[in-house]
This record gives sequence, structure tokens and C-alpha cells, in this order.
Amino acid sequence: MRHIISILIENEAGALSRVVGLFSARAYNIESLTVAPTEDESLSRITIVAIGTDQIIEQITKQLNKLIDVVKLLDLSDGPHIEREMVLIKVKAATMAQRGDIKRLSDIFRGHIIDVTTSNYTIELTGSGRKVDSFIEALAEHKILETVRSGVSGIARGDKILHV
Amino acid sequence: MELSGGEILIRSLKDEGVEFLFGYPGGAVLHIYDAIYRQDDVKHILVRHEQAATHAADGYARATGKPGVVLVTSGPGATNAVTGIATAYMDSIPMVVITGQVPTAVIGSDAFQEVDAVGITRPCVKHNFLVKDVNKIAETMKKAFYVATTGRPGPVVVDIPKDITDPAIKVPYNYPDKITMRSYQPTVKGHSGQIKRAVEMLLNAKKPMIYSGGGVVLGNASEELRSFVRNLGYPITTTLMGLGSYPASDELFMGMLGMHGTYESNMAMHACDVLIAIGARFDDRVTGKIAEFCPDAQIIHIDIDPSSISKTIMVDIPIVGDVATVLQEMNHIITTGNKQTKKKDIDAWWKVINGWRAKKCMSYDKNSDKIKPQAAVEIVHEITKGDAYVTSDVGQHQMWAAQYYGFEKPNRWINSGGLGTMGFGLPAAMGVQLAFPDETVVCITGEGSIQMCIQELSTCLQYGLPIKIIALNNRYLGMVRQWQEFFYKERYSHSYMESLPDFVKLAEAYGHVGIRIEDPADLRSGLEKAFALKDRLVFVDIVTDQMENVYPMIAHGKAHNEMHLSPHCDLPQDPERELS
Ligand SMILES: Cc1ncc(C[n+]2csc(CCOP(=O)(O)OP(=O)(O)O)c2C)c(N)n1
Ligand SMILES: [Mg+2]
Repeated sequence: MRHIISILIENEAGALSRVVGLFSARAYNIESLTVAPTEDESLSRITIVAIGTDQIIEQITKQLNKLIDVVKLLDLSDGPHIEREMVLIKVKAATMAQRGDIKRLSDIFRGHIIDVTTSNYTIELTGSGRKVDSFIEALAEHKILETVRSGVSGIARGDKILHV
Repeated sequence: MELSGGEILIRSLKDEGVEFLFGYPGGAVLHIYDAIYRQDDVKHILVRHEQAATHAADGYARATGKPGVVLVTSGPGATNAVTGIATAYMDSIPMVVITGQVPTAVIGSDAFQEVDAVGITRPCVKHNFLVKDVNKIAETMKKAFYVATTGRPGPVVVDIPKDITDPAIKVPYNYPDKITMRSYQPTVKGHSGQIKRAVEMLLNAKKPMIYSGGGVVLGNASEELRSFVRNLGYPITTTLMGLGSYPASDELFMGMLGMHGTYESNMAMHACDVLIAIGARFDDRVTGKIAEFCPDAQIIHIDIDPSSISKTIMVDIPIVGDVATVLQEMNHIITTGNKQTKKKDIDAWWKVINGWRAKKCMSYDKNSDKIKPQAAVEIVHEITKGDAYVTSDVGQHQMWAAQYYGFEKPNRWINSGGLGTMGFGLPAAMGVQLAFPDETVVCITGEGSIQMCIQELSTCLQYGLPIKIIALNNRYLGMVRQWQEFFYKERYSHSYMESLPDFVKLAEAYGHVGIRIEDPADLRSGLEKAFALKDRLVFVDIVTDQMENVYPMIAHGKAHNEMHLSPHCDLPQDPERELS
């Protein structure tokens, strides 16, 4: 199962390496990881997408909680939540046919073409990880030159918040 | 009061009640050493290798329950300390290790004696800090001690760049009385509902088993465990780390379990219907084959560390909390609620267990013309009346010490169970002897292990530590040889110890007493002579039977009921259970 684990961590030097080190030392699978400051400058927010059986995910959350710098942690997948990821894709668009098809696909997925040259388009698209996957699959007939995914951010739906 | 960073560091140790600082100087900690020179509250113990500083602090912590404290320099000082830090980490020993660091301005420039100490130690510490501001030293030290000693204890490293301890920069000193950390709040009290359910399950058991570990020793819960076991009248086994948490001579005690556990303990584990694990972590040396671990049992697990629960073995009733507190609550329910166990079933269970016990799995050849290592340990037990502090190294001698010494009290058996660090025994004994100058401290070691920190004989002379080193000298890396005998068709690849030193002369060269015992007839008298030399370190080199093996043994990946037994057991072995 794929889980989105959201962490509030002390904004200390080395805090991120404790999280990353844990995943490598214990051979846990990590799909994506994002880190950024929060509205409270003493805290950073880390969002991890991890894959494993329930038992492994339970161990991951316990081991993360055990890190002294981790203040709070929430497995977003335990409840209703919103997940978003952004991707920037540079794709070959040299002919009129290619340009037309890529524009259409981008519109269908509600992406934006944000840079254009005579030979390629750069598309920005936001959505769940799965939507990003589908878009990349939809572009299969075209030549993708570069893909940059932001990794997943997530937040619980409704009144539930992760705060100190 | 205005103090420099170096002074603050030492002063905070004093305010923390630290008696001993185990250390070794170097460039990055010179300011700190100068502050040490100008005070006499904290006693510095100069070791001969930084690994020994960490083991000595660790031994001190295991024997006293107080945190051990270490000071080493940057670079090689820090890397030499890593083995001891990892050793303490694996056994959850509270320790604060101060490492010097190159000045802040040159961090990251590959400066002389620079290593990323925080990075190197990260996977083997409970937490670590890099202090970048002299005003933060006191608070960081307080946090370090708080984190090291609370919850599931462990080592904490504090890395201090040289400029932070500059004697020219003085700042106000305030050592905080208390500290709270929003990100660290260890659970103490177990969940009452879970505790009640667990007691019900225990009382309804027909074939119960109690399995206790190092957490009982660390959590100071031996008294509570004793009442608990006696209230129920159930059989108890302990892990290697839990030895002494329950008195070995008690009739309810079944001996150790696991790879070199007793026949009765392991058979009972396999057959039990309710298992309660108390401050133990289902280590692979204990469980054997996971798929066949306690196949018929419902499992209760008390541990202070939630991540220990259902890590390898899924449990039915988890209780996260301080072991002593949880046991008190359980004892209260059992004694006040007029609660009864299933007396008839329990009697029948003891009959089965006594049948296993009759096999006398710990028997060994008592008529040999060679010195049997087991006999040496038994005689040490008799001479010291079972009341010594016993440290050990790693190998066969460690298992014989664990199996034959018979620990009656907690904190007396001091060994590296988790990491299995050869070289631990002698420096750990130094820490214990410093803490308890009037007690008997024995280091049961092998001729291989003792050579890994032999240089500490010099430290022992300097501080007058009358440790008794009992070397079970089998001229082999015996545990390695045993595995090669069993699993590699006797291909003894590099397990023979060639060119051994003359340990008697070596001990004498270091200013101590050396005694060699070669004949079984001299074993008792030789050991008596050694222990009679109360204020001298005596190195007793006992030439033992080279081919003796540690029994029982469960081969790696086998189940508890698949033990390899000594040929000297009373009953013939069941051939189907023979090790292949
Ligand atoms: C630092 C270290 N290196 C290697 C080992 C692997 N090892 C485990 S037991 C053992 C043999 C120990 O020999 P000795 O101290 O003579 O004890 P014996 O088994 O002969 O009693 C070895 C090499 C270890 N545990 N620690
Ligand atoms: Mg040996």
C-alpha cells in the first residue's frame, strides 16, 4: 500500500538527514519526499510517500516518531485527504501534429504550456500522483525530454489539522 | 557567574552530578582539558584508547544506572569512540559523549582532524547535537542528559567546535533545573484497559511463560518483576540482557532462552499458550525461526519503546509504558482482586516443564583431564558467592559466563548483547570498579577478546583497579571455531590464535599479577589465590579444553524445539531433533 506520511519536524540543522538516514538504514521504500518551511519558522514540514505492508508502514511511523526532532506525524492515508503534486515536463513538439496533440492532452489534464520553443513545449501540471502518472502515460507517443516532479504534498480534508 | 565554554561544559557535568569523565585529550578539546585541570569536582579517567573510554562509561552506566560520560577529541578521537557508542546504542545504555570538533569557521573544509561526527554517529545514537553557540552549551548538555536517561535510554553525542570553548569568551552560566522538549515526551504509564486485558489473559492461561529482558534491568523493575512472578507462580526465562532481573537460584527460574538458552526454556517457549514479554525485544538470537516462534501462544508485550512492539513478532496485547509502573499496576490487580490462576492446569504445566528440566541440559564432562570452562565459571561463582559484578567479552566464554555464573541481582551482568563487541569486557570492568571500589569485579574473557583492549591494563594500574581478569584461554576464536565445526565441516579458517603472548608476563609488564592455570586439579586453588589478592589486578590465564562447545545451541534460522544438546545431557538425544 502507498501511504502519505506528513511530518512536522524541528527546523534544526541535520533534521532532514535523520529522516532520510532512517529510510536507508532500515531499507524502507520511499517514493517521494518533500521538505519546506511552514508558517511557524521553527518547524519544517516533510511529506513522504512510502510503500509497504501495513506492518512496515506502522514500523516507519513508529521509527519516525522516535526521532527526537520529530514533533508530530500523521499518516494522511488513514483518513480523507487531498494530495497534490506538480510536474514540469519538457516534450518534443516540432511538427504541427505534435503541437496540436500535446496541447489537446495538456488541456484535457488541465495543464499549462508555460514555455515554447520551435522544437519543444514545457508543460506544468498539478494533481494527485496518480493524475501525474496518467498524464505521463498519455504522452507515451511523444518524446519526453525531461520530467521534473515535485513530490507529493498532502493535507487532511475538513477540520483536521497537523499542528503543534 | 561568567564562564568560558570549556568551563561551562565541565560545570554542567558537576551540576548534573557526574562523578567520572572517561576521556582522552587532543587538539580540539584542549580548552576543555584546561577547564578540567582547574577543578576537582568531576574526576577525569585517562584511558589508553577512546573505544575504552566509551566502554568504561558504558560499564559504569550499566552497573549504577547513572549515565556514563565521555570526552574525546575530534577526528580519530571521535571515530575511535564509535564502536563504544554503537555498543551502548544497541543495548539502550544512557551515555553522553562529548566530541571535540574543529573550529566553526573551518567546518566543512577538510580541516586537520575533521570528521563529520554528527553524521558518522547519527545511526548509532539516540540523538546528537552540534553546538554552535557558547550560550547554548548549558541547555544542550541538559537536553543531552535528559534524552539519554529518559524513555528508552541511549547514547547522545554532543559535538563542540573548538572556538565555542575559547577561554577568552565568557558568558553567563545558568544550568537549567528542568527541560521540556515539545518533540520528545516519552510515555511512562501504560494503558489501563490494556493492562486489565493482559491480566485476564494471564490468569486464564494454562501454559503461561514469562520472558523478561534488559528493559527490566534498565527500568529498575526487578523488584516488581519478582513480585509479579511470585504472585502468579509461573515459569520465567530471561534473555542474555535480562540475567539478574530475576534470581537465578529461584525455583521458578528456567534459565536463559534463545540460541544458547536452556532446553526447558526453549521447549516451554515453543509449547506455551500465553507469553508475556517484559522489556524484551524479540531479538533474532531469542526468537530463532520467526515463523515457528511460540506457535500456539497469545502474546502480551510491555515495552517503553512503541517501535519495539510488533516489529518482528506480532503481538496480541501491546502495552507501551515504563515496565516498573506497568508491573506495579498488574501486581495491584492480581493481589487485590482476589484473582485466581488456573491452578490445576498450571500444576500440569510444571510437570511437563520438570520433565524437560530432568534432561539437565547444562551438564558437562566433570571427569575430563582438561580444564572445562564451565567449571571455571562455576568456581568463580562459588568464590565470589555469586555477588560479583561480572563483565564479559564476546564468544564462547561470554555464553558460559551467562549460563554458569547464576546472577541473583540486576546490574551485575555486564556484557555487549546487542552489538557483540569484543574488547568490551576489560574497559567495562574499569567503569564498574570505579563506581564500586569495594566490590569484586570480574572480567570473564577469551584470549581473543582481551587483546582487543589489552592496553587498558595500563589504565587499571594508574587508577589502582583490582579487577580479576579470568581468561578462558582455548587458543581459538572459540565461537567462530564452533560454527566452523558445525556448519563448515571443521574447516577452521583463521579461527586459531597463533603466537599468543605470555599473558602472565604481559600482566607483569603492566605492573599486575599474572597466574596461569593448566591443570584441572589447580583450578580452584589458583582462582582462590587470585581472588585473595584483594587490591591487585590479577590476570588469570586458564588453559581450557580447546574443543569444548557451547550447548544447547539452536542453529541460526531454526526453531526453539530444534536444539543441539550437549553429549553429556542425562537423557539420550532425540535423533529427529539433531542438528543437521
Ligand atoms: C570486534 C569483533 N570482531 C569480531 C567478532 C566476531 N566474533 C564473535 S566471537 C569471536 C571469537 C572470540 O574469541 P575469544 O575471545 O577467544 O572467545 P572464545 O569464543 O574463544 O571464548 C569472534 C571473532 C566480534 N564479535 N567482535
Ligand atoms: Mg578463545
